[in-house]
Amino acid sequence: MEKKIALSMRGITKRFGSVVANHNVDLDVYEGEILSILGGNGCGKTTLMNMISGIYFPDEGKIFKNGEEVVIRSPKDAFDLRIGMIHQHFKLVDLFTAAENIVLGINEKGQHNMKSVNSRVAQIAEKYGFHIDPQKKIYDMSVSEKQTVEIIKVLYRGADILILDEPTAVLTPQEIERLFEVLRRMKADGKSIIIITHKLHEVLSVSDRVAILRKGEHIATVDTCDATESSLTEMMVGKKVTLDIDRSEPVNVQLRLEVKELNCIDSEGIQVLKDITFTANSGEILGIAGIAGSGQKELLEAIAGLQPIASGQIIFNNPKKDKPVTFFHKSMYRVKELAAQDAFHDKEGKPMRLKGMSNAQIRAQVAAENVLFREDEVMNLRGKTPLEIRSLGVRLSFVPEDRLGMGLVGSMGITDNMMLRSYRKGHGGFVDRKKPKALAEDIIKELEVSTPGVNTPVRRLSGGNVQKVLVGREIAFAPKVLMAAYPVRGLDINSSYTIYNLLNKQKQNGVAVIFVGEDLDVLLALCDRIMVINSGKITGMVDARSATKEEIGLLMTQTEAPTKEVAQ
Amino acid sequence: MSEQKKTAAHEPLFHLAKRSSVNPVAAMGIRLAAIVLGLLVCGLVAFALIEKLQNNPGKIGDFYYSFIKGSFTSERKLWKFLKNMAVLQCISLAVTPAFRMRFWNIGAEGQTLMGVLGAITMAFYFGGKVPEWQLLIMMFIAALIYGAVWAVIPALFKAKWNTNETLFTLMMNYVATYVVSYFLVIWVPSGSSTLGKLKFGKLPPLPFGNQYLLIILISLALTIFLFIYLKYSKQGYEISVVGESIRTAQYSGINVKKVIIRTMVVSGLLCGLAGFIIGAGLDQSVTTESVGGQGFTAIIVSWLANFNPLFMIVTSALISLLNSGAAQISQDFNVSGALPDVIVGIILFFIIGCEFFINYKFVFRHKETGKGAAK
Repeated sequence: MEKKIALSMRGITKRFGSVVANHNVDLDVYEGEILSILGGNGCGKTTLMNMISGIYFPDEGKIFKNGEEVVIRSPKDAFDLRIGMIHQHFKLVDLFTAAENIVLGINEKGQHNMKSVNSRVAQIAEKYGFHIDPQKKIYDMSVSEKQTVEIIKVLYRGADILILDEPTAVLTPQEIERLFEVLRRMKADGKSIIIITHKLHEVLSVSDRVAILRKGEHIATVDTCDATESSLTEMMVGKKVTLDIDRSEPVNVQLRLEVKELNCIDSEGIQVLKDITFTANSGEILGIAGIAGSGQKELLEAIAGLQPIASGQIIFNNPKKDKPVTFFHKSMYRVKELAAQDAFHDKEGKPMRLKGMSNAQIRAQVAAENVLFREDEVMNLRGKTPLEIRSLGVRLSFVPEDRLGMGLVGSMGITDNMMLRSYRKGHGGFVDRKKPKALAEDIIKELEVSTPGVNTPVRRLSGGNVQKVLVGREIAFAPKVLMAAYPVRGLDINSSYTIYNLLNKQKQNGVAVIFVGEDLDVLLALCDRIMVINSGKITGMVDARSATKEEIGLLMTQTEAPTKEVAQ
Repeated sequence: MSEQKKTAAHEPLFHLAKRSSVNPVAAMGIRLAAIVLGLLVCGLVAFALIEKLQNNPGKIGDFYYSFIKGSFTSERKLWKFLKNMAVLQCISLAVTPAFRMRFWNIGAEGQTLMGVLGAITMAFYFGGKVPEWQLLIMMFIAALIYGAVWAVIPALFKAKWNTNETLFTLMMNYVATYVVSYFLVIWVPSGSSTLGKLKFGKLPPLPFGNQYLLIILISLALTIFLFIYLKYSKQGYEISVVGESIRTAQYSGINVKKVIIRTMVVSGLLCGLAGFIIGAGLDQSVTTESVGGQGFTAIIVSWLANFNPLFMIVTSALISLLNSGAAQISQDFNVSGALPDVIVGIILFFIIGCEFFINYKFVFRHKETGKGAAK
């Protein structure tokens, strides 16, 4: 069948200062097809689409719609040309109904005749198989319903070219399937659909053709039927990469962290965590799956001492019995405190009270490994601040979701960011920048962080490099428990695998790793066990080696815990 | 597409783009250009307003000369300029720690005024009753305490109830003014409410050099101290982290409330010190106008210097130069007192406005693509 070109771009170039976001890109979109734009993070996918939808203006190049040259200066121009974009972050008015949002900004007669609007919305919904209630307010809607509103908004304006920026990032597998079904119907109706994504299996399952971008350049456009995951990755990255995560069998598994009936209520009085009970073991990666905003963030922050706890316990277990003391402060106060509680014995098994010894003598005893723990260390972290947790000697590392807003200081260089955890060390009122600088240089070298220097503000680094800095710092403190929230979000494939390997290495070193992820394929390939949560409740705990994606997807949407207890 | 739309659709003449990196030399060039442009506009405004200039356009040279004349033409003027600059620098340093923490303390005026009041209260009640050196120490301590108390009140409210510090510190300025008025009424029952120069509690000048040298050296020492404090101390590091992101600060175990309160105490102490310099070093008296708006000017000085104490030497010099130059103009051309404010306002407008051009650039329409679109 002869296909007509709906939109084509020729020689599109866009620069931001010295950064070239897109270089000489040629791209064609046919009528009645689904085209995927695939590429790593920062390769210019979104920038390119923003130029079609009128948000950016190209520095060079031409855009043709149905063979005629057009100039798109604003989103309104794009709408006039029947091009609509559904952004990753929805742009809806929470207090309005779906229908009100859909007609917002349209200047035409009968715009406010809600009856006719509602019926037109219903018509569109029926045509493409959406489920929507036009009278429902946005704040009552789930993420997938909001996305539906965004799509209908674009269709209502008569768009025949739809651009969707990472539409599946926030959806469950079931919702994704439903979205794809809708997209296929639109395609059958002759519309052109462009999807920006970096998930390979989605590309293969839904699109007709794939355009691959790398570092702002258009590498190739291939028919999906001729492509495989590995051929696409090779084009994306520019070299062959192995997509297998090397999952080792857990060794020496011991109970490390025990969360018991944890309840948290946020500042607005909403219960964000309900009776959460689970264990995390050393030498194991525990995955946490769930729709975004199901309480993952609150759970990790509660463990890290950043979220007030209404009730419940967080018990940190450290099997130290008959092992020498290795961790102490310069002032030795923690060692003295424990000695006073009769927590130590010496090599002969006699009590070690360290009474009347000077700091130097105590240090000598510790160095000689003559101070041994009498019992395993069991500590309740509930109600403790991050600083208190650390001064108890609990080495808990946390890679938060919000890298620059919580884990790092964007305006500071890598050295100063290393100091976030360690700046208190040393006597006197002045900070020591020597050791942090050495650590920064180590991380840059080992994790191949590309940065102009140790003092370049981390805000200026790319997402992948920012994440390497953060994970590198958290691992450098030799944690017993490592919590990572969405550590590969926004990272390209290469950087993602670097992070997976780091987590795996920590697991092999006996760290209890807790990994909150969104890509179920990765969770299933990386973790040993997966805990599924929904609306702050645990809905299941599955064995990652035997569970399926569908099983987890079902648990993610289910509100009650299943009756069938799944294996630990 | 309709025919009409197609002809209307052409590339915009220019669009704005954020500069990815700012070349410091180019940035300096833009700032200098802004000052020159500001001076030119001042000349035009002056020409429109001053009759003497209209009658004799050749005098425009004198107009610009007055700027320099205000500060540099005699040794006395130079020292006075340096003194003004030193006091302004002190207050600017005082507001800086809070600003680096993104705590918008605009109460330096009141905090400094309270410092003056603290010093003068001691001099009023104990002057002549205790040895002069002892009195000076008492004045010094009282000034610091008054300044710190005035600063810590909004900080406590911020830490405890998350009140808006900008409004709070602004209001505290007015309260400070009334507190001073209250004491003036008590101290000067005659009704004039103006306290004359007190005989005791005068900061002695150094045995060598100019009478203002001590103040200038204090301000210089303070500049270096604050630079080191902010850049190399643990507390300075905490201030930067809290300023950037409170979440990050909590994550790294910093007690945010403690840092807010402690930093405002530091700010208040420095304001108190500036108050001591004004009270004991210069005025030997207190009025509601003792600080004379310098608490607000200090905000501009600190901001223009990007909160860097060393750059502040340049910005406080610039602002002091402008102030004395503008005053000189009003004297030389015999015009009303409002003109200096107009002139200072115009130049500040250009200096602050040019920051936009440092961060953004205009991208003009390309010639070929422009033609292409017109086809």
